[in-house]
Amino acid sequence: MRHRTFFWFFLPTGLAMLLFIALPIISVVMQSLFTPHEAVLIASENCGPFGCTVSTTVDQEATAQIRADKPMGRFVGLDIYLDRGHLATQEIAAAWASADSMGAFFSEVFNLPFYRALTFTLTYTFVVTPLLIMLGFAVAVAVNSLHRRLKGLMIFFSLLPMIVTPLVGSLILFWMIDSRGVLGQFISYLAADPSLSLKASTPLMWMSLIVYGIWSSAPFAFVVFYAGLQTVPKDTLESAMIDGATRWEQIRYVVIPHLMPLVTFVALIQLMDNFRVFEPIIGFSAEAHATSLSWIIFNDLGGETRQLSAAATTSVLTIIGVAILLSPVLYRTWRDFRGKT
Amino acid sequence: MAQSVAERKSLGLRITLTVFLVIWFMAAAFPFAWTVWGSFKVELDFFSIADWTNAIFGRNTQDVHGSSVTGAGYYGAWVEEGFGRNVMNTFIVCFFVVCTSLTLGTLGGYALSRSGNNYVFWLLIIALIFRAMPPITLVSGYLPPFFQYNVWGILPTAIIVLVAINQPFTLWMLHSFFMKIPKDLDEAAMVDGCTRFQAFRHVIIPVMWPGVITTGLFSFLLAYNDFAVTTMLLSADNRTMVPEIAAFLGTTQTEGNVMFAVAAVVSATVPLFILVMFFQRQIVSGLTAGAVKG
Repeated sequence: MRHRTFFWFFLPTGLAMLLFIALPIISVVMQSLFTPHEAVLIASENCGPFGCTVSTTVDQEATAQIRADKPMGRFVGLDIYLDRGHLATQEIAAAWASADSMGAFFSEVFNLPFYRALTFTLTYTFVVTPLLIMLGFAVAVAVNSLHRRLKGLMIFFSLLPMIVTPLVGSLILFWMIDSRGVLGQFISYLAADPSLSLKASTPLMWMSLIVYGIWSSAPFAFVVFYAGLQTVPKDTLESAMIDGATRWEQIRYVVIPHLMPLVTFVALIQLMDNFRVFEPIIGFSAEAHATSLSWIIFNDLGGETRQLSAAATTSVLTIIGVAILLSPVLYRTWRDFRGKT
Repeated sequence: MAQSVAERKSLGLRITLTVFLVIWFMAAAFPFAWTVWGSFKVELDFFSIADWTNAIFGRNTQDVHGSSVTGAGYYGAWVEEGFGRNVMNTFIVCFFVVCTSLTLGTLGGYALSRSGNNYVFWLLIIALIFRAMPPITLVSGYLPPFFQYNVWGILPTAIIVLVAINQPFTLWMLHSFFMKIPKDLDEAAMVDGCTRFQAFRHVIIPVMWPGVITTGLFSFLLAYNDFAVTTMLLSADNRTMVPEIAAFLGTTQTEGNVMFAVAAVVSATVPLFILVMFFQRQIVSGLTAGAVKG
C-alpha cells in the first residue's frame, strides 16, 4: 500500500487517538507540573474610632490578569509529586528517622494515601492474576471433558461474570457478602461471630475484593484456554498415552506446554486490567479499607472541588506503573521485530 | 464417536470433575439468580437478617404487598426515579459509539493489515500502550478544555471520548481479522479496475462481516460497561445507566430504597444476558482472536 493511501485510511482513527488520548496525556503531564495561581491579596488598614483593623481582600483585577497571562498556572516542578498526597518524601524520611522497627516504619508508610492505594493495587493485581489463570485453566479442562450440549450451557453461564458491567457485578456480589446478605450471614455463622461484618474488617474486605476479581476475570482465562485446548495436537496426546503417561502427566507435559503462549497472553491482559481496579471499590463501598490508584484519581476529580493537579499527578504515576508492568512485553515485541528485519 | 478404553475416566475422577463444575456453575450463575429473585421482594426480605429463607419465600413482602412478589422496586426505579431516561441515554451512546468505532476502526485496521511499512509496527505498539492505560488517567486532561469550550456533560462528548478510548482495542482486533483475509482478494479487485477504497468497500467488507460484528460487540460492551469516563463527563441530567446506578447508591441508601438500585441493577443486566444468549459464539471468537496469534 502506498504511503498516501495509508495516510488517508489511517487519518480518522489516528486523529481520534491523537486528540483524545495523546494530547490529554501531554495535558495531564503539564497539569501535574503546574498549580493554579493563588489569588492576589491586598492588605488594607481601616482606622476608625475603635482602633485600626487590617483586612485582606482579593484583588480581582490583578488575579484575573495573572491568570490570563499564564493560563497554565504556577510552575511548581515536582512539588506535587513529592507532597503528602503522592510520594510523600518528607513524611517517609520522618517515618524512617523516628520509627524504631521495620514494622512501625511500614505501618506509618501505609497510612499515607498514595502508598496505601499502591499496596492494595499491587496486592490485588498479583494475587488475582495467578489465581484466575489457575481457576480458568481448571474450568477449561473440566468443561472440555463434558458432553457437547452441556458445554454450550456451561460456556453461556461462565461468560456472565465477565460480560456483566463491573460495577453491577460488584454490587451483586456485595449485596450477598454484606453482613445483611445471605453469604455474609453464612460466613458469620461459620465463624460463630454474629458481629463479623465486611464493612468493619479490612482483611475480609480485601478478600472479598480479590474474590470478586477472580470471579469476574476467570471466565476470560477459561474461554481463551478452552479455545486453546481444541488445538492440542491429538497425535502427541496419543503417543503420550501409549508411552504410559497418566492423565495428570498428559496435562503437565503435553497440554500445559502447548498452552504456555496463551498463559502469557492472559497474564499480560489481566495484569493491565487488574492494575486499574476501580469499580469494585465503589460497588463494595470499600474506601475505608482498600483504595486503588484509579480510585484516588476518581476521588480527586469528583465532588465540588475538582483537584485537577492532584489527580493529574496520580494519573502520571499510574501511567508510569502501567509502563513498568508493560515493559517486558514491549521489550520482547521490539526484540522480535528487530530479529525479523 | 465411542471413547476408547484408555480415554475412559475413573469414577473418582468423574465425581471430582462433576463436583468442581457444579461449584463453578453455582459461583457463576447463583449470584444473578439470587439478585433477580430478590429484586421482586421488599428490602427486609432481600437482606433477610432474621431468617434467610424469607428471601426465597418473601414473608415480609407478603405482609406489605399481599403477595410474595412485588414490582415495587421496578416501579420506584423506572417511574419515580425515571430510570428509563438513563436507559435511553445508554442506548444512544452505545449505538453511536459502535457505529463510529467500526467506521474508523475498519478503515485504520485495513490500512494496518495491508501496509508492509515499518511504521505499521510502531503504530500497533503505540495502540497497545494506549490500550494498557486506565481511561480514568486521561480524565483530568479532558476536563479543562471541555469546560472551556462548554461541551462538558453532553452525550456527544462522551460518545467521542469513548470512541477514541475504544480505538486501540478495535484496531488490534480488526487488524487480526483483516490479516486472515488473503491479500489476493483486494489485489484481484484492483486489477479489475477498483480503486483501493472501492476494493475495501465492495470486496473486503462483505467478507469481513463476522469480524466486524464481533468487534462491534466488544465496542458495545465497552461503551455499555464504562463507569469511570461516563460518570466524570456526563452531567446529572444526561447520565447513562451505570453512573445512575452509582448515584442511586449515594441517594437511595439513606432513604431506605436500596430496592430501587437492585431493580436498576437487574434491568441493566438483562440486555447483557440477551446479548450473550445470541452472540455467544462471536464473543468467544473475539476473546480468542487476539490470543490465537500468541
